[in-house]
Amino acid sequence: MSETFQLDGEDIPFAPGQTVLQAALSAGHYIPHLCYHPEFKPHGSCKVCTVKIGGGNNTRTAASCTLPAQAGLEIESDTEEMNALRRTLVQMLFAEGNHFCPSCEKSGNCELQALGSDLGVMTAGFRHFYPDRPVDASHPDILLDFNRCILCELCVRASCEVDEKCVFSLSGRGITKHLVVNATSGKLADTDIALTDKAMQVCPVGVILKKRVGFAVPIGQRRYDQRPISAQALDDAPRPPSASGPNGSGVCQACEE
Amino acid sequence: MPQSNLSPELTTTGLTSLLDGQGRKPTRLLQILIEIQAAQHWISPENIDQLAAELNLPRARIEGVIGFYSFLHAEPAGQFRLLFSDNITDRMLGNQNLLEYLCNKLWLERGHVSEDGLVSVDTTSCTGLCDQGPAMLANGMAIPRLTRERLDEIAELVLQKVPVTQWPAELFVIENNIQRREILLANSMQPGDALRAAIAQVCVPGSAVEAAANQRSWREGIPSVALCAPVSTLEEIKRSNLRGRGGAGFTTGLKWEACRNAPGGEDNRTRYVVCNADEGEPGTFKDRVLLTTQADLLFEGMTLCAFAINAKQGFLYLRGEYRYLLEPLNAVLQRRRDANLLGANILGQAGFDFDIEIHLGAGAYVCGEESALIESLEGKRGIPRNRPPYPVTHGYLDKPTTVNNVETFCAAALVGLHGGDWYRGIGTAKSAGTKILSVSGDCARPGIYEYPFGVTVRQVLIDCGAENTLAVQVSGPSGVCIGADEFDRRIAFEDLATAGAFMVFDESRDMFEVARNFAHFFAHESCGFCTPCRVGTAMLKATMDKIAIGHGTQYDLAEIDQLNRILLQSAHCGLGHTACNPTLDTLKRFRPTYERRLKSLDFEPAFDLDGALATARRMTGRDDAGAHLSMEAES
Ligand SMILES: Cc1cc2nc3c(=O)[nH]c(=O)nc-3n(C[C@H](O)[C@H](O)[C@H](O)COP(=O)(O)O)c2cc1C
Ligand code: SF4
Ligand code: SF4
Ligand code: FES
Repeated sequence: MSETFQLDGEDIPFAPGQTVLQAALSAGHYIPHLCYHPEFKPHGSCKVCTVKIGGGNNTRTAASCTLPAQAGLEIESDTEEMNALRRTLVQMLFAEGNHFCPSCEKSGNCELQALGSDLGVMTAGFRHFYPDRPVDASHPDILLDFNRCILCELCVRASCEVDEKCVFSLSGRGITKHLVVNATSGKLADTDIALTDKAMQVCPVGVILKKRVGFAVPIGQRRYDQRPISAQALDDAPRPPSASGPNGSGVCQACEE
Repeated sequence: MPQSNLSPELTTTGLTSLLDGQGRKPTRLLQILIEIQAAQHWISPENIDQLAAELNLPRARIEGVIGFYSFLHAEPAGQFRLLFSDNITDRMLGNQNLLEYLCNKLWLERGHVSEDGLVSVDTTSCTGLCDQGPAMLANGMAIPRLTRERLDEIAELVLQKVPVTQWPAELFVIENNIQRREILLANSMQPGDALRAAIAQVCVPGSAVEAAANQRSWREGIPSVALCAPVSTLEEIKRSNLRGRGGAGFTTGLKWEACRNAPGGEDNRTRYVVCNADEGEPGTFKDRVLLTTQADLLFEGMTLCAFAINAKQGFLYLRGEYRYLLEPLNAVLQRRRDANLLGANILGQAGFDFDIEIHLGAGAYVCGEESALIESLEGKRGIPRNRPPYPVTHGYLDKPTTVNNVETFCAAALVGLHGGDWYRGIGTAKSAGTKILSVSGDCARPGIYEYPFGVTVRQVLIDCGAENTLAVQVSGPSGVCIGADEFDRRIAFEDLATAGAFMVFDESRDMFEVARNFAHFFAHESCGFCTPCRVGTAMLKATMDKIAIGHGTQYDLAEIDQLNRILLQSAHCGLGHTACNPTLDTLKRFRPTYERRLKSLDFEPAFDLDGALATARRMTGRDDAGAHLSMEAES
């Protein structure tokens, strides 16, 4: 770990194969992120982790979770410009779905909400899309409330790569992109999902919910009610980077995307 | 191909034999789905279950692939699916009127399948027939030059339930409209000429090529003599200064060299040559004409590339809209196999093995982006990959892959025969050779024009007989829109780089509507992978629609600027980066057309109360002034 790059003026060491976000987090530096999860191959879709590369006039931007760390890179992250971009991206996600935080079971444990409050997002900023996304309550123990889905694909990845079930997949494209479940009926009850699945634990927002435990922990005492997401992400960070290489080696070959 | 039943149910055994025909490879999933769609006009839940079981794929993933491509349907979409091409050029030729006319004739609502399940009518993105529009796809087969008379005929055929394969051939006649030829379109090469010239090259003792061959020999473990010809070919392509014709303009020789340098698996021959014939950029149709008239030149260029980079397998990714070219292209491939220009030991050269397979697309513009194209070739949803790594090192099945445009391969074949120096002598300093333009819109002679690089926009306008020109959209929606004071600009990488589209708008046109059409295009074609483009293109479309109905404000114009910044800074691929271009270009050059639509206020709520009452008006059958808030306020 002799080589370093610069993040907001500080030297960040990195191991070969690490991306800028991975290296920053292991070194105790927070870059806001949403679709990245330390146990999975970086996805690069939410773009909340976008940073600026290079000094002077010759700059470009890139998602730091997928940007390979390289010696000598000069990265700007905690700047008003990058945070304004992130704020807008979070607003876009709020506007795209139906998020009624006060009545949401995930409130206080939700990464989107926590990120929004960290970044100072006060309103959606854009007009809402109010999409029509029916919930799936077919399963006896699990509720799927698609209204809150931010399409990060973490459940897709967890179910394929860890649970080896591929319960979830994405269909459609553009603004009509949506989650589908692996059953002819299209209902979760007809899949082989189990409460113990990894896919049950990874949703950053309030889509995949266990039934009958709602509001067990009162609002106000939940995860992000205690400390901001920036601090907690760093606690999670030093977990070993996923075993897979840059192109992944998920267990379920057929599910590999 | 007479069909007794219009939409035969594929039996379980029918599907099994279809799968056998496709070798049961998951990489052929998209091709399999396209075949099912063609045979049955939709893909049923039972089909999906069977595919999942027989290909050992999660069924949800198959559903996801179907859901990604416009031309695949997991629900019945009618035994006849009639899709009007909806590029701005089709609109200028009256496609909307014609669509309405046909819907009325068939007693249909646009976008809905008729109650008897017979037919549906809708729109689709540009079908590449802009010089002979308005156009449509009838069950995927292209029909140009629509008129009411032709639609009468089509409606009759539909009502008589005549399968599209038995419709009069005259409906499907597509013109090449080649208006101007230079070295490429006027070439007189015979199949194999460039390959024979390439194979015959020897190393001049003491030359740079010999040195390069020696160096490579050591690296690749191949005798130096055997490397002289491939290395010379690579050097000629580099010397020619040929740059990619698909839009980005990357230097072809460098791409090929990087691909050759990347490790090609155990036999060091597992590299892929991929031709990008997705041609999805609205207003572009030169690849269609090249595929029609220069297929041998194209395949010669791909084979030359295989020779230079040491590859065994090639693919042509043909956009679904050009489905009608599949059989003729396959016939050319077969002819070349018979002539030993493809297959094993090409032209008797031991170890020179190469063949080409054609894959069809199914209605997704983003699949023209090279990494999305590779995903699609692998049978998946066409989502652009994270780069690096780039296709030259990690492409198809993670192996080194060279992706080039149709025109690039054609030009490479010319270089193979005539040499790099000859080629670089044509065009300008930074843009060697010629460029083929697809000219459409307001002009007397739309069609295909080949020019040496450096031609001015004005010259093209004169040649195609354009008068009173207001604006030209160069390189399609993702390119630039220029006004009359810029017509002395030149078509070249150093000024107006272009993938070939050249859409002309005269003074009767409203450039706001042009930009709005393009905003709809990008929203429809966004793959939805990344937040900024998925949400941003939908917002831009909504904003343009809001302005169109007279509810826009200065605030909305400012929001467009903000969206553009977000997309430029954070979109995952070129589609998102360029999605705001048409709006910004026209705002800059034709601002009054926006402003006269704006409300004077600074802010206007997006929620349209009056609009929300429309349902109530329809239900009560009222449409008087008292039933409209706006009229009520005025009165
Ligand atoms: C959204 C998008 C669509 C594209 N569509 C096409 C296309 O239809 N045909 C094409 O040749 N290149 C297209 N490209 C460019 C390709 O990514 C790639 O650069 C090109 O095929 C390389 O070939 P060339 O070097 O010969 O130009 C597209 C790029 C983007 C971002
Ligand atoms: S359900 Fe949750 S984990 Fe799955 S894609 Fe949606 S937001 Fe992400
Ligand atoms: S920019 Fe648009 S088309 Fe490109 S990856 Fe993002 S969503 Fe897909
Ligand atoms: S965290 Fe990097 S793109 Fe989502």
